[in-house]
Amino acid sequence: MSTDKEQYKVTQEPFYQPQRNEVALYEAAYRNRLPVMVKGPTGCGKSRFVEYMAWKLGKPLITVACNEDMTASDLVGRYLLEANGTRWLDGPLTTAARIGAICYLDEIVEARQDTTVVIHPLTDHRRTLPLDKKGELIHAHPDFQLVISYNPGYQTLMKDLKQSTKQRFTGFDFDYPDAALEAQIVAKETGMDEAVAAKLVKIGGVARSLKGHGLDEGISTRLLVYAATLIKDGVEPTDACRMALVRPITDDADIRETLDHAIDATFA
Amino acid sequence: MAAYWKQLDTRFPQVEEVFDDVMAEALAVLTREGIDAYLETARLIGKLGRGVEPMLAFMEEWPSAAKAVGESTLPAVMALIQRLQKSPNGKAITPFLQTLAPVARRLQSPEQLQHYLDITLDLKARTTGSIHGHHTTFPSPGLPAFFAQAPALLNQLTLAGLRNWVEYGIRNYRTHPERQTDYFSLQSADARAVLQRERHGTLLVDVERKLDLYLRGLWRDHDHLVPYSTAFDEIRKPVPYYDKLGIRLPDVYDDAGEISGLDRYRAALAHMVGHRRWSEAQVADNWSPFQRMAVEFFEDCRIETLLIREYPGLRKLFLARHPKPLEAACDPETTSCLRHRMAMLSRALLDSNHGYLDADLLDYVQRFHTVMAQGESSTKEIAALALSYVAKTRRQSDQFARVHFDDTVVDYRDDNRQLWKFIEAGDEEEAFDEPRKIEPAEEIRGLPPRHYPEWDYASQTYRPDWASVYEALHPRGNPADIDRLLAKHGALAKRLKKMLDLLKPQDKVRIRYQEEGSELDLDVAIRSLIDFKGGATPDPRINMSHRTDGRDIAVMLLLDLSESLNEKAAGSGQTILELSQEAVSLLAWAIEKLGDPFAIAGFHSNTRHDVRYLHIKGYGEHWNDEVKARLAAMEAGYSTRMGAAMRHAAHYLAARPADKKLMLILTDGKPSDVDAHDERLLIEDARQAVKELDQQGIFPYCISLDANLRPGADNYVGDIFGRQFTVIDRIERLPERLPQLFMALTK
Repeated sequence: MSTDKEQYKVTQEPFYQPQRNEVALYEAAYRNRLPVMVKGPTGCGKSRFVEYMAWKLGKPLITVACNEDMTASDLVGRYLLEANGTRWLDGPLTTAARIGAICYLDEIVEARQDTTVVIHPLTDHRRTLPLDKKGELIHAHPDFQLVISYNPGYQTLMKDLKQSTKQRFTGFDFDYPDAALEAQIVAKETGMDEAVAAKLVKIGGVARSLKGHGLDEGISTRLLVYAATLIKDGVEPTDACRMALVRPITDDADIRETLDHAIDATFA
Repeated sequence: MAAYWKQLDTRFPQVEEVFDDVMAEALAVLTREGIDAYLETARLIGKLGRGVEPMLAFMEEWPSAAKAVGESTLPAVMALIQRLQKSPNGKAITPFLQTLAPVARRLQSPEQLQHYLDITLDLKARTTGSIHGHHTTFPSPGLPAFFAQAPALLNQLTLAGLRNWVEYGIRNYRTHPERQTDYFSLQSADARAVLQRERHGTLLVDVERKLDLYLRGLWRDHDHLVPYSTAFDEIRKPVPYYDKLGIRLPDVYDDAGEISGLDRYRAALAHMVGHRRWSEAQVADNWSPFQRMAVEFFEDCRIETLLIREYPGLRKLFLARHPKPLEAACDPETTSCLRHRMAMLSRALLDSNHGYLDADLLDYVQRFHTVMAQGESSTKEIAALALSYVAKTRRQSDQFARVHFDDTVVDYRDDNRQLWKFIEAGDEEEAFDEPRKIEPAEEIRGLPPRHYPEWDYASQTYRPDWASVYEALHPRGNPADIDRLLAKHGALAKRLKKMLDLLKPQDKVRIRYQEEGSELDLDVAIRSLIDFKGGATPDPRINMSHRTDGRDIAVMLLLDLSESLNEKAAGSGQTILELSQEAVSLLAWAIEKLGDPFAIAGFHSNTRHDVRYLHIKGYGEHWNDEVKARLAAMEAGYSTRMGAAMRHAAHYLAARPADKKLMLILTDGKPSDVDAHDERLLIEDARQAVKELDQQGIFPYCISLDANLRPGADNYVGDIFGRQFTVIDRIERLPERLPQLFMALTK
């Protein structure tokens, strides 16, 4: 059984604006095949960064969005029943280990804890993946690397990584870029002029400083890009902001009113 | 003039003194016929036999009142005066006339004035006392006080609000002359509370969270927002300010044109935030008051420019609230125009379409913008500019006592107290650092009261903070008494035990969609097989498992401890109190066995000022000797103010983290209290309290021991609790029925 490696390649350069030296650091980690953990609030560019690095290194990228119903066999693979017997089907993690791809487990904490343990043997010096149901031990391809991401913002006590998992990774801490840089990103991503982008970023900042006062998360860069896209399409800026920035993030009337006021005060 | 004087037909010397002046005003305002009517009315008032006061008041007030609401209202006013004259309320005529002009200026239309007169008549009719059905012999105590307060009230209330406020006062204090006077002269606490409730405008308390979010979100700042009252300072209106203790804002802002009250708060906050960010305190000692004022105006404009740079939308807000003085409004020959000049400059600095032509002003606007174009500037730099402006435009007339104030007050700006620091504390020789004696405070006994509102069904409103609930631990008695009671009911306890075992948590909850589990989940398994046969990937999670689920009920038992419990129960040698004691002991024992969190409290009341709430068992306590001792000491006395006790009990029960919350109320009669004359009042209040409990997710259930209760005729328990009640006719069976009832409720 062979898998088409090319389908996982990132062919076009994704736009990524480095904030500091994270590109060089990631390259160093990859050279030594160290597992990487990317932390940061939602929509700040974690996934984009991983995609960009896969493109830069020219390696295939297999992304798995984790959810709480995910079991270990969803990652590793399972036997399927067939009319005359059974057939083994590799899971995404196994595929990545076989073909030498970067395996990216997005929002890893969403997965149940017993699921996350299966990645342990792949993340230390062994770099192996035992398929106990199949009775096979896979030695990871030399190009294989494991990347996980998670958002420490909305963790509860119930949803945190185990220490034994955390301590297998090198870490990157992501945050929303500073205002000037974020404005540049929004402008470049959408082709919006920078003055309007700066105003959007300003509204984003208002929401971010309300975090913990009724907002779980501030307005993400992703939402700012949405708003800019709407404005670019000819939507009235105040409407676009309400639609893309305020309505998605909160149902709290007081916060909504404060943010609406901020929009009016900014786009006057 | 002489003809008019003759027409007036009076010999009061006081009237003669002012006659020329008031006539001059009347002639300027009133028509020919108006003058006649004016003099005729004044003549009549003079002949009422109430001395010179009413006549003087009328003659001085009417022209200005007529200007506001029109002459045509005079007959209506006169009619009211005659009604007052005919009733024992003649004394109220003078206060009525004295405040007529300010009231009229507020109301502005004849219809509105008519409404005001109607409210007044209603108040008069309903508060004028009649004792034992005799003639109306006692004047209304509240009426003169009401007239005195009317202008202040109308400043803050709409007529509808005024009607509600008056209505409240009449209903609650009709039978209490002193309190009635207190209420209508705005002395009593609830007069102010109701006033606050009826006010128009945006109240700070209602928007506090929004403003806090505004500060944090837009300005990355936060502080306590402390309201000050604008209602009671007529002469010197307080101005917003901030100090170490927080930001002070008025308790209410009315909407002003298209600017909402909330936006006015935002403008005031933004302005103060600007000061906190960019202003630096200056040494004030060497500057004159004029210089300081100029520095304040310039500095205010500097920070507002910076604020607008941050959020351009603020310009609209600031300009809408910034006065726009007319250039020619102030005459420098006769009046001190400094304030006027500064206000114009301030406007020009913020508003490029100011349209002023003064050369100095334009020059300084230009210089200000040049300075600001270079960056944030600083308080010091802008102060230098302000001083040179004062020097350049100084006039001799600035020293005049007559100061031009119109259109120079910017109401969202704070008083700038943080802008100044003084090197010398003051000019006084004496120091005021005498150690202040601290009076030893009265020793605190018990907890301070908690206040709860009470529902007034007649007006469908809450009376704010009406009942005071004092809570305390129940005194202790001998726990062995309770043990003895339990022993007496040994047989019953055994039967209860059997029922309890059936109630013990044993619910099983299925957990489905398990890849590994204790049993095969057939539904899912078949679905998977179908998927598989159809060629799709089957779901491997075809098993299920179980977990046992516990009860999660928090219980509050509220005992009515009113006087009537001391009565002997029919057909039994025991008092209701003793039977309740037995029943509660058994119930507590049973619930302890079940393990549900459980609290017991008793209540009784002696007027609304003293509702007592006694803890017998808390959620944290077990059914031990301590609790039994309190239960043993249970005593009955006073009355039953049920609503307040239920609200207070709900306060504790609502804080429990349980799924289901049950409040059992054990009572033997209808809610009543010595200060409630209307017996429906407390029943309706209790019914409202039940509604509140429902909203809080609490299930109230009443166990009534009222043997006289018959379905139909006077079923107040049903009125209060809907269908959530049981009446126990044979009280001697209470010890048996109560635990059974509880179990039936929670099965």
